[in-house]
Amino acid sequence: MRYDIRLTIEYAYAAPSDHARNLLRLLPSDIAGTQRVTSRLLSTDPMPDERRDCLDFFGNATTSVAWHQPIDAVSLTLRATVERFTPRPMLDLSPPLAALAQEIGEVQSLRSDAPHHFLGASPRIATQDEITAFARERLKPGFSALEAVTQIGRALHREMRFDAEATTVDTTPAEAFAARHGVCQDFAQVMIAALRGIGIPAGYVSGFLRTFPPPGQPRLEGADAMHAWVCAWVGHDMGWVEFDPTNDQFAGLDYITVATGRDYSDVAPVRGVMRTAGAHETRQAVDVVPLDKG
Amino acid sequence: MAETAQHSEAPDLFAEYRLTPGVADELFDAHGQMRPVWRRFVDRFARLSPEDIAARFERGNQYLRDAGVFFRQYSNDPLTEREWPLSHIPVILHEDEWERICTGLSQRADLLEQVLADLYGPARLVSEGHLPAELVAGSRQWLRPMVGVPPRGGHYLHFLAFEIGRSPDGSWFVLGDRTQAPSGAGFALENRMATGRIFPERFPRAHIHRLAGFFGAFRTSMERLAHGQGRARASAILTPGPSNDTYYEHTYIARYLGIPLLEGEDLLVQNGQAMVRTIEGPQPLGVLWRRIDAAFADPLELDSGSQIGTPGIMEAIRQGNLAMVNALGSGVLEMRAMMAFLPRISEVMTGKPLAMPNIATWWCGGAQEQSYVRENAARMLVDSAYACDLPFDLGSQAAIGGAFRSQSRQNLSDWLAADGHRLVGQEAVTLSTTPAWVEDGEDGHGRVLPRPMTVRVFAARTPQGWIFMKGGYARIGRSGDTTALAMQRGGSVADVWVVSDRQVPQETLIPRETDVALRAAPGILPARSADNLYWLGRYVERTEDTIRMVRAYHLRLASTDKPNDPSLREIARFVARNGVDLRDPIPDALINNIESARSCASKVRDRFSTDGWSALGDLARTARAMRKTAKPGDDAARAMSVLVRKITGFSGLVHENMYRFSGWRFLSFGRALERADSLAAMLGAFANPKAPPGSLDIAVEVADSVITHQRRYRIETTRCTAVDLLALDGDNPRAILFQIERIRRLASELPHASDNGRLAELSRAIVPIEAALSVATPTEITSAKLDELRAGFSQISDLLTSAYLR
Repeated sequence: MRYDIRLTIEYAYAAPSDHARNLLRLLPSDIAGTQRVTSRLLSTDPMPDERRDCLDFFGNATTSVAWHQPIDAVSLTLRATVERFTPRPMLDLSPPLAALAQEIGEVQSLRSDAPHHFLGASPRIATQDEITAFARERLKPGFSALEAVTQIGRALHREMRFDAEATTVDTTPAEAFAARHGVCQDFAQVMIAALRGIGIPAGYVSGFLRTFPPPGQPRLEGADAMHAWVCAWVGHDMGWVEFDPTNDQFAGLDYITVATGRDYSDVAPVRGVMRTAGAHETRQAVDVVPLDKG
Repeated sequence: MAETAQHSEAPDLFAEYRLTPGVADELFDAHGQMRPVWRRFVDRFARLSPEDIAARFERGNQYLRDAGVFFRQYSNDPLTEREWPLSHIPVILHEDEWERICTGLSQRADLLEQVLADLYGPARLVSEGHLPAELVAGSRQWLRPMVGVPPRGGHYLHFLAFEIGRSPDGSWFVLGDRTQAPSGAGFALENRMATGRIFPERFPRAHIHRLAGFFGAFRTSMERLAHGQGRARASAILTPGPSNDTYYEHTYIARYLGIPLLEGEDLLVQNGQAMVRTIEGPQPLGVLWRRIDAAFADPLELDSGSQIGTPGIMEAIRQGNLAMVNALGSGVLEMRAMMAFLPRISEVMTGKPLAMPNIATWWCGGAQEQSYVRENAARMLVDSAYACDLPFDLGSQAAIGGAFRSQSRQNLSDWLAADGHRLVGQEAVTLSTTPAWVEDGEDGHGRVLPRPMTVRVFAARTPQGWIFMKGGYARIGRSGDTTALAMQRGGSVADVWVVSDRQVPQETLIPRETDVALRAAPGILPARSADNLYWLGRYVERTEDTIRMVRAYHLRLASTDKPNDPSLREIARFVARNGVDLRDPIPDALINNIESARSCASKVRDRFSTDGWSALGDLARTARAMRKTAKPGDDAARAMSVLVRKITGFSGLVHENMYRFSGWRFLSFGRALERADSLAAMLGAFANPKAPPGSLDIAVEVADSVITHQRRYRIETTRCTAVDLLALDGDNPRAILFQIERIRRLASELPHASDNGRLAELSRAIVPIEAALSVATPTEITSAKLDELRAGFSQISDLLTSAYLR
């Protein structure tokens, strides 16, 4: 399935921002066996005085931009065409959950895909007793690691209510879980905390999700948003799998990955500190338009 | 051991110096014989009378107080500075023994460099199974953005400290490697200055190795690292700021080495080059000796919550334009669990065992190690594997000898089983003892008793290899308990003397002629420092004006019984505009002004004389103490006279002693502008035709111009004479014209004062005011004109700020 993706993010500052510098993780990249990017263009207005594109530790395309003169508004625009491959049918080849620690220990590597990066506390996600207890209660003796991922993701989907207004980008997993509500970021963060709590390495994936308009209605332009889901390491044989707790499904044909990391801080679409005291306003518009039928 | 006390030559002060069986001692060797290196010191010390000892120790303490050396706990309250806990008796080591220590540590330093290069490079230690991946990946000090980024100059580590102790068998071992941002080198210098006051005689001084050579070599190395291809680039120290517990040390080292002290907001990154925001615009920076934790260095790529970092610093490092001392991410070596693997890693990487062992450590993620720790818990400290603190700075969760520090846990076995991967056991080591003075009472009587100690050794990389500070900084435990735990908070610190049998060469940091060219890095004044100096000048002047006005009030109050006297009310109304409430003899607003001045001064202590700093501190303390006792009227007036003398003392120090560098110009600019403005405000009120009788005399008195007025005019004060003297007299330092002339001269000495013969905007705002005042007559200086002048001063302040101070 091929998609045409358009995204616009606009910032407006109350006071002009001096020496603004941003780190952008907005460009999707090729992922062997999963997706291929046929074109991508990230532009900023006003034109930055500096721009460098590189890959970060986790292999995400990272764009560093800076303006030397004060600016009071920025507009970021992404246009990309991405082909998402049909996922292979999933066979559960993961070890019993009890044997996962052994397999993790056998990975003697610090490469970015090694499970060790995704097991301990990360800047925004620490394990938390209530969430871990919730995860434990979902386990049955003899569960494979993959079954554990599926059951915990499903349980969270049932337990938590989607609420676009209730949380912010800085809501912690503990807060979101206590109130049992949130957006995709909260679902993903709670699930990551839950998986790490029972010893399953888990990370945060940002990207795009194709959405479907209500039956009989046209697709509204710009109505989509960036999405987030979870990746989990379930042993040597299966490696990483991706589950979306917001929609209770494994990431399939409708998902386009932009960046992967330990939590939101590794994949935030826009990172940057503006040297200004004033508040700023954001507006975001996303379109994910399928180019093929289906 | 009784035999030491009976030693025929053992003097009385040492009578109770008893050795603990199974514990090594610095003063006596294993056979109870005094080590020769101590002999002459002990002989001389023992001959001192209690009064002499007390006087000498007090000289040392006084030095530290005068120098403003203090110890600060992290706190929001600025008053938690404690007196520096100097243990007056030094630790004395022979140069041969020191040499052996440094040889062992030199090998260790090279090994640490290799380990770090591997962890941020191929990570073979992990892939070959010598270091568990989960420990590295789980450490918050292992910084992913640094992976694959070679450090500028080729090395990660440039300045190290090692905390070492002596085992019962007399050998030395490492308690901790300080690789991130080691502190204490500046304190070692201060301790040395203090012991110089306590023991000033030619012996021992001529035989003690000096510290300056080490710092000189390190500075040269930093400058070499900073210089790019033919392009002069500055070196600087990066501090978290005044709230840090070792900020004093940062200012001290910066002054001592003559390099600027910067905070994150002083820096910006442009096109991959780190720059300092200075009064002359951004200047390139080649090397930063950072005293901030790596995670806070760059909010863009590291901890996004950091308020003390600089966005883009990682980018400057990645592009090879900025060297960090030490590299970001070097803190991963401080992780306690690292100690468990270093002995094996040394064999693997160098083919040799560690020349100096470290404290025995077991990572409880391994089954065998875990059961060993469980079975030997009685002589273990069990705490977080990832913690980077020294073994004696245990976390609240830790277990000591199998018992927990807090009530939250019960069973060590359960803890090890559940969390083993996150825990280490460390041997509860025994330290050696060293002489420390323990006072019996207030009268200077005391005894020398053995106290446990660790020594901090400092190393710096030079092109010829590691060099070590010949001396250091010892921590002395509070009680006789020789387990490492006694070294927890509350101990004291001592100077470490490395002593030679011969006289040692006298090194100083005074540059040799050949060094001058290399050292001639551009002197830079960060915009933030200039801003603080400018406001320091303004607050000091504002304080003085307030004191004089409050004094004028109380002088009048003392000579009248009418609190509703019109001139009293006029003064009260005038100062109320600045928030001063005269019902308090020492108004809060006055204290706040002093604190504002102190706060500005505290941020530029690296550029500021110690005497000046002490004078401000003295002023603040005096004012606060007076608040408890001062009564309205004569008493308050006298109190203000005391404060006037103290604050003019400060101004005198600045005027007489401060080098006329650009920082001084900003300080003076601030004073001059504040004075000009306050004179205009005062004339506006007290030379107003509607002001009550006697007001003109208040103005002349507050402006300290009574005698001049009598001499020059020989008549009663009139509006004309007052305005002439306080606004239009170019020879009276208390006249607006005098101050605006000064402001004009200062502005002309600032960078970019003119552009191709055309005055810069700042000067263009000053010159017309000066010209107008030069030709004005007193009658033309109406209240409206005074308001206009004040608007002009405010504009001058804004122009100065936008041109230089941000």
